[in-house]
Amino acid sequence: MSDLDQLVASAEADFAAAAEPAKLEDAKARYLGKDGSLTALLKGLGKLPVEERKSAGAAINQAKVSIESALTARREALKTAQLEAQLATEALDVTLPGRGLPRGSLHPVTISLDRIEQLFRSIGFDVADGPEIETDWHNFTALNTPENHPARSMHDTFYLLGSDGKLQEEVLLRTHTSPVQIRAMLAHTDRHRDAATMPELRIICPGRVYRVDSDATHSPMFHQVEGLWVGEKVSFADLKGVVADFLRRFFESDDLKVRFRPSFFPFTEPSAEIDVAFMSGALEGRWLEIAGCGMVHPNVLRFGGFDPEKYTGFAFGMGPDRLTMLRYGINDLRLFFEGDLRFLSQFR
Amino acid sequence: MQFSESWLRSLCNPSLSNEELCHLLTMAGLEVEENEPVAPVFAGVVVAQVLTVEKHPDADKLKLCSVDVGEATPLQIVCGAPNVAAGMKVPCARVGASLPGIAIKKAKVRGIESHGMLCSARELGLSEDHAGLLPLAADAVVGSDIRKHLDLDDRKITIKLTPNRADCLSLSGIARELAALTGAPLALPEVEPIAAAIADTRKIQLDAPASCPRYCGRIIRGVKADAPTPEWMKRRIERSGIRSISFLVDVTNYVMLELGQPLHAFDDAELAGAIHVRLPAPGEQLLLLNEQTVAPSADTALIADDEKPLAMAGVMGGEHSGISDSTRDLFLESAFFPPAAIAGKARALGFSSDASHRYERGVDFDLQRRAIERATQLILETCGGQPGPVVEAVAAEHLPTRKPVLLRSERADRVLGIALPGGRIEAMLKSLGLAVERVADGFRVTPPTFRFDIEIEEDLIEEIARLHGYDNIPSLPPVARMAMMPASESRKSAMALRRQVAARDYHEVVTYSFVEAAWEADFAANATPVVLANPIASQMGVMRSSLIGGLVGTLAANRKRQIERVRVFEIGRCFRREAGSGPVAGFAQPLRLGALAAGPAQPEQWGAATRRVDFFDLKADVEDLFAPRHLEFVKAVHPALHPGRCAQIRLDGAAVGVIGELHPRWVQKYELGTAPVSFEIELPALLGTPFPAYAEVSRLPAVVRDLALVVPQAQALAPLLAALRDAAPAFVRDVALFDVYQGKGLADGEKSLAFRIVMQDTQRTLEDAEVDAVIADLLAMAARDFGASLRG
Repeated sequence: MSDLDQLVASAEADFAAAAEPAKLEDAKARYLGKDGSLTALLKGLGKLPVEERKSAGAAINQAKVSIESALTARREALKTAQLEAQLATEALDVTLPGRGLPRGSLHPVTISLDRIEQLFRSIGFDVADGPEIETDWHNFTALNTPENHPARSMHDTFYLLGSDGKLQEEVLLRTHTSPVQIRAMLAHTDRHRDAATMPELRIICPGRVYRVDSDATHSPMFHQVEGLWVGEKVSFADLKGVVADFLRRFFESDDLKVRFRPSFFPFTEPSAEIDVAFMSGALEGRWLEIAGCGMVHPNVLRFGGFDPEKYTGFAFGMGPDRLTMLRYGINDLRLFFEGDLRFLSQFR
Repeated sequence: MQFSESWLRSLCNPSLSNEELCHLLTMAGLEVEENEPVAPVFAGVVVAQVLTVEKHPDADKLKLCSVDVGEATPLQIVCGAPNVAAGMKVPCARVGASLPGIAIKKAKVRGIESHGMLCSARELGLSEDHAGLLPLAADAVVGSDIRKHLDLDDRKITIKLTPNRADCLSLSGIARELAALTGAPLALPEVEPIAAAIADTRKIQLDAPASCPRYCGRIIRGVKADAPTPEWMKRRIERSGIRSISFLVDVTNYVMLELGQPLHAFDDAELAGAIHVRLPAPGEQLLLLNEQTVAPSADTALIADDEKPLAMAGVMGGEHSGISDSTRDLFLESAFFPPAAIAGKARALGFSSDASHRYERGVDFDLQRRAIERATQLILETCGGQPGPVVEAVAAEHLPTRKPVLLRSERADRVLGIALPGGRIEAMLKSLGLAVERVADGFRVTPPTFRFDIEIEEDLIEEIARLHGYDNIPSLPPVARMAMMPASESRKSAMALRRQVAARDYHEVVTYSFVEAAWEADFAANATPVVLANPIASQMGVMRSSLIGGLVGTLAANRKRQIERVRVFEIGRCFRREAGSGPVAGFAQPLRLGALAAGPAQPEQWGAATRRVDFFDLKADVEDLFAPRHLEFVKAVHPALHPGRCAQIRLDGAAVGVIGELHPRWVQKYELGTAPVSFEIELPALLGTPFPAYAEVSRLPAVVRDLALVVPQAQALAPLLAALRDAAPAFVRDVALFDVYQGKGLADGEKSLAFRIVMQDTQRTLEDAEVDAVIADLLAMAARDFGASLRG
């Protein structure tokens, strides 16, 4: 091995031994610095005979390139190592939880009401609202509920005391959302009173209702959604179609069984109870009563300002509390009204 | 309405299984609620006759019986029942029989072989009676299956009748319906008039004919009142849910169940003179059979004799005129009381009776004579006696009428959405006992006297739909003209608002609209809330006028469940009396959003110091709900809230809500530990949201200057900030507070408010001189109007 080769090998070894940039620069000075070995060789060229000078110069330059390239490589390696060390110290425990505010929750019945609204809006139903302290007329009389109907007795209906402390007979807490039907019909027929043919009225009315009843399956306050469609060609077959479609969409279950069974309500004729049966799950195969419905009674249409000879309509009323219980498998109605955050926070 | 299936099948017996029968009734509107066997499953039990009874040689209480089970050789059976006696007929479980819980095998009892078991009612699962063997009727056929003999394969069916179907409150009514549904023949009991054996009568006086337009009465003398009720009758009424009491009472119940006509039997010896149906005299009282003394209201009809009231018409008999085992002479009543005369009368007294239940829904007003003849027939069969003639008093003008109802085929098709042939409609209506006459465009239909629910065309359409079967009406997808629904960009829905509130970590609750009166006093200073006349509990006695009470209640309940951090909201109505014309005159029923937060501002977490939620956290929530609209918060006083930490929320100058920390008094009273912060806002104010208004974005550099002003500590920020914004020229894009400082370097009673002022013009670059001038002007204004100085 020539002296030059030895020099290159020695430089490479020194560079590799330098563990940090400062040491590397010291090693560089030993070879390429002002007093470095290679620099000295270059300086010594002038003393060589002319005929040797060219070949010796080329050899020295060749060695210099080698040493410089070894230096660059080592510099890169040290820089990379340093970055890696820094990154290692900066590493996070990515399994720590995120910081900040979590999200609250919507009441499960609200979630159902929202779904109900969306489904009915998608076929052109609007949402109507009405007062909860309601007149006896809207709650009963206009709904064809005769004076002596059991639903009117003190037993079921919450009444109010007047400022004089006496029973105020003309008002009550609404026992169903059906009075909103009357208000919506009256507003509609008034708005379109000059029309030769009134536009169709399609509404749902969600809200709180009140009855004097309290046990595991009854709450003195609960929710109802009323639906109403009045037009020139609305039939019982349409009622079946709309309600069955709704129930299958609501429960996202195409094989849900829905049946309509004759029943009685003062404000519809014919009337029906609606039962559903799930094809799977804990309640599989059992008929569950879920809503009441029927063709709007001609007297009710008349109270609402429609001519029952020209217009027909259907109405239905269902309990979103019960729909919610069935959908989420909740077994106690009271949970909805107790405000227990351990229950509520499950519905985000 | 509960009834025995085999009784029903004795009147109409379609070839349907029990399950099919129940489904059919349910789908016809007679919803079957319960359907249970009268006896548990068992087999191998026969009617047996005890031939001889001897003492067991080795046991005092056991007897050795020879028992005829209808075979050549009697069986030897050991029996311990006290009532076993030679000659009696009893159920015998033979070897191989399976009873509820036991299998019968050949056995040795104290050394003697026993080939079966004689049974008590309890051993057969028929009742709890275990006092002795179940004695069977003397005419029971030895060797026959006990299940046949006692009709134990019968079932008790309960249907939930809707109030319009009074005609089905009897076996005959249900059978009539069943015949119409299936076409099976109807075999109602034969009732022949029974000739009078004696001439005795009581005069009947209808003094209140509107309350009683028909009354039939009959005397039967010389009855054997203590005759036992025949087994078959007892079985039928008991399986229909009515306890057997004594034969005469049972017979009235039997006829009521069979035909639907309530009957009443008086002890004729207790009556004086004529029978009057009249309204009560002022102050008149009556002791009823249920031992309740009532003072009937002026419109309650009474049955009375010449001297005294006897019964509350159509509701309940009196204690003193009823029959007993010692009754010899009977006065039988079969009357029609119209629904309007009876409705609500029993309920007003806090009870219901089988009679009032039927009358207030409607009893066939042509049935009274038939029912009294039927009862007479059954009474004579069992306990003898000599009947007098039936006396019938009628006020025909007060009897209900049955007006023909026109049914147009086209209308039926339109309402139901199907086309039914005329012949089919006619057949269905006739099968229900309706008189049908064809007219030009349909039918003229006259309802029978037993139907009280057919007055208009739709009532007939319902009958057709019912018989045709709701299942057979198709479900049609709706057809309508399509039109898009309006979708306003300057209003958001309550649902969108709910999501926005929930996104700020509030949980939605639904609390009762009726609350404790104390909550109204404490949280709303409302001494005159809307009071419920019949609250379900005293703590739900008044209507809320604020949502805060319910939210505080929710907090307290969760604190009891050891939940420290509570953030809840509710959207609901509040109620107060207010003159004026809302939808219901005299009441304001505004919808509001209320929210409450308590405990740590954030859930306890790593890397963030824990601090309690405060006024400004909720203020930020409120501002976010209204953003980008600008709110004013004005110091205010509210009964629920800390007087120094409470503000009225104003939007465009109008008060829309309140925010603040709960008053320490209520924190203590309701044991909340730490004070929650709450806000309550009128919902409509929250649902408006401005349509975005575009402003040009400047491409020129902005100049930012800070201005720290020292002001008295009591100086509120809002007026100073408003004044700075007002005083600044148009190119000042924003003046914002970025720091509040008190302490070292400032005198006591002073604070420093630091503002960042951003200036930028859309057309030109601002000169240093004009920027400096703005700052100088603002400082001068603040010094002049607010006593402010520049912080050194």
